[in-house]
Amino acid sequence: MIETIGTYLQFPFVRYALIVGVLIALCSSLMGVTLVLKRFSFIGDGLSHVAFGAMAIASVLHLTDDMLFVMPVTVLCAVLLLKTGRNTRIKGDAAIAMISVGALALGYLLMNLFSTSSNLSGDVCSTLFGSTSILTLTRGEVWLCIVLSVFVVAVFVLFYNKIFAVTFDEDFARAAGTRAEAYNLLIAIVIAVIIVLAMNLVGSLLISALIIFPAMSAMRLYKSFLSVTVCSAVLSVLCALAGILVSIVAGTPVGSTIVAVDIAAFLICLIIAKVRGNG
Amino acid sequence: MALLSCRDLVLGYDGTPVLSGVNFEISQGDYLCIVGENGSGKSTLMKTVLGLQRPLRGTIAFGDGLRQTEIGYLPQQTAVQKDFPATVREIVLSGCQARVGRRPFYGKAEKALCAQNMARMDLSPLERRCYRELSGGQQQRVLLARALCATRKLLVLDEPVSGLDPHVTQEMYALIRKLNREDGITVMMISHDIAASVREATHILHVGQELFFGTTEAYLASPFAARFLSLSAPAGAARPSGKGGGAA
Repeated sequence: MIETIGTYLQFPFVRYALIVGVLIALCSSLMGVTLVLKRFSFIGDGLSHVAFGAMAIASVLHLTDDMLFVMPVTVLCAVLLLKTGRNTRIKGDAAIAMISVGALALGYLLMNLFSTSSNLSGDVCSTLFGSTSILTLTRGEVWLCIVLSVFVVAVFVLFYNKIFAVTFDEDFARAAGTRAEAYNLLIAIVIAVIIVLAMNLVGSLLISALIIFPAMSAMRLYKSFLSVTVCSAVLSVLCALAGILVSIVAGTPVGSTIVAVDIAAFLICLIIAKVRGNG
Repeated sequence: MALLSCRDLVLGYDGTPVLSGVNFEISQGDYLCIVGENGSGKSTLMKTVLGLQRPLRGTIAFGDGLRQTEIGYLPQQTAVQKDFPATVREIVLSGCQARVGRRPFYGKAEKALCAQNMARMDLSPLERRCYRELSGGQQQRVLLARALCATRKLLVLDEPVSGLDPHVTQEMYALIRKLNREDGITVMMISHDIAASVREATHILHVGQELFFGTTEAYLASPFAARFLSLSAPAGAARPSGKGGGAA
């Protein structure tokens, strides 16, 4: 087993996959705690569908670097979703559901109408579920991922106290002169960046799992915001590592294997919490 | 010089006024209760004073060196907070956010202030406990300690006793009274409990169709009090039963 993994680690594409997987898992779990607590989990889900739609448009337009198109579109939608979240005419959750299924449907339609690929359903499937694209990462994509991850972690550490304040009590934060709207915007943008990054790893349908499961698991076990955040990050990284290694050895799809490990970790945390009697 | 004075305020949402002609001022050491029926605009007034929304017309002026961001605010609990994983200390410390300004982290001064206010609210033994595991009264003390970190002068409390049992309600009133009388902190409080309001406060602001602002004695002598008190639960009952329903 260990020997097999050792052999695989000699391939650069496996090392790239591990680096990217760990970084994405780290970033998504950091923001996950805030998203879950702010009742924003659905925004993550909606945005991942938007990213799928944008990806479809990019492939129809034959853009050489689809990231340049997908990233701005997703960030823009994050900002829009946040604004409509407070709109009373169209309820926030309904607006998000509309945008997300709309993007999903139009994206698939566009790919069907204009795609020149011979294996359309394979393409769609890999965009939705991630399949093998993480094993075909180029050196450039790995560097992009490293740079963006450093950005996300730096933002999180520098604004940790403000993010806590805005998450726990937005009105109090605003009364104290903290610019809550600006921080909400920052959170939405960072989430959009993470989602676009994570599309390579787990595909657009499974991204929410990376964001939500580690946070929910950590919240079963720990009681302070700091320990929940740290536990969520550690758990997420370990699950991603385990998931990638298992998928390489067993030949299973990377994205769904990672999510399966996340689910297992959540169940274990749930049981520990019940046994301790604070579940 | 008044700590806070409001002149000819017109309040409302999206250009529709809910409350107009609001005039009052609070001086250092006052204890003002804002009473009125549901939907009369009490919360809107409080949000406007805190700068969470703009008045449609009129002015709010701060004096005695008080800035708008230096008000200690105790909001009503939100659904998010009921299941929030955070320790007492993390929450109280977040009251210092106006003090740190653009600095990313809390310094020694803020941590000392946090410890001092936890001690003041008898929270030191609970410092590392999780907020969601505390009783209602303890949670209110945590939020009060956080508000004290944000201010030296003015506390703004939004129904601080709602949902508390009678015994804890009395403790909470005693705590606020102590902060007001012994520490000289000015208090502005929204209340449903008219009986407790006239017992605790030095000044009353009655909002609704007609407005009243003045000392508690003047209020008790006014026709407002006679009308409003007769609708409310008898003095001593902790839960205001008739929240001023339809006095058509």
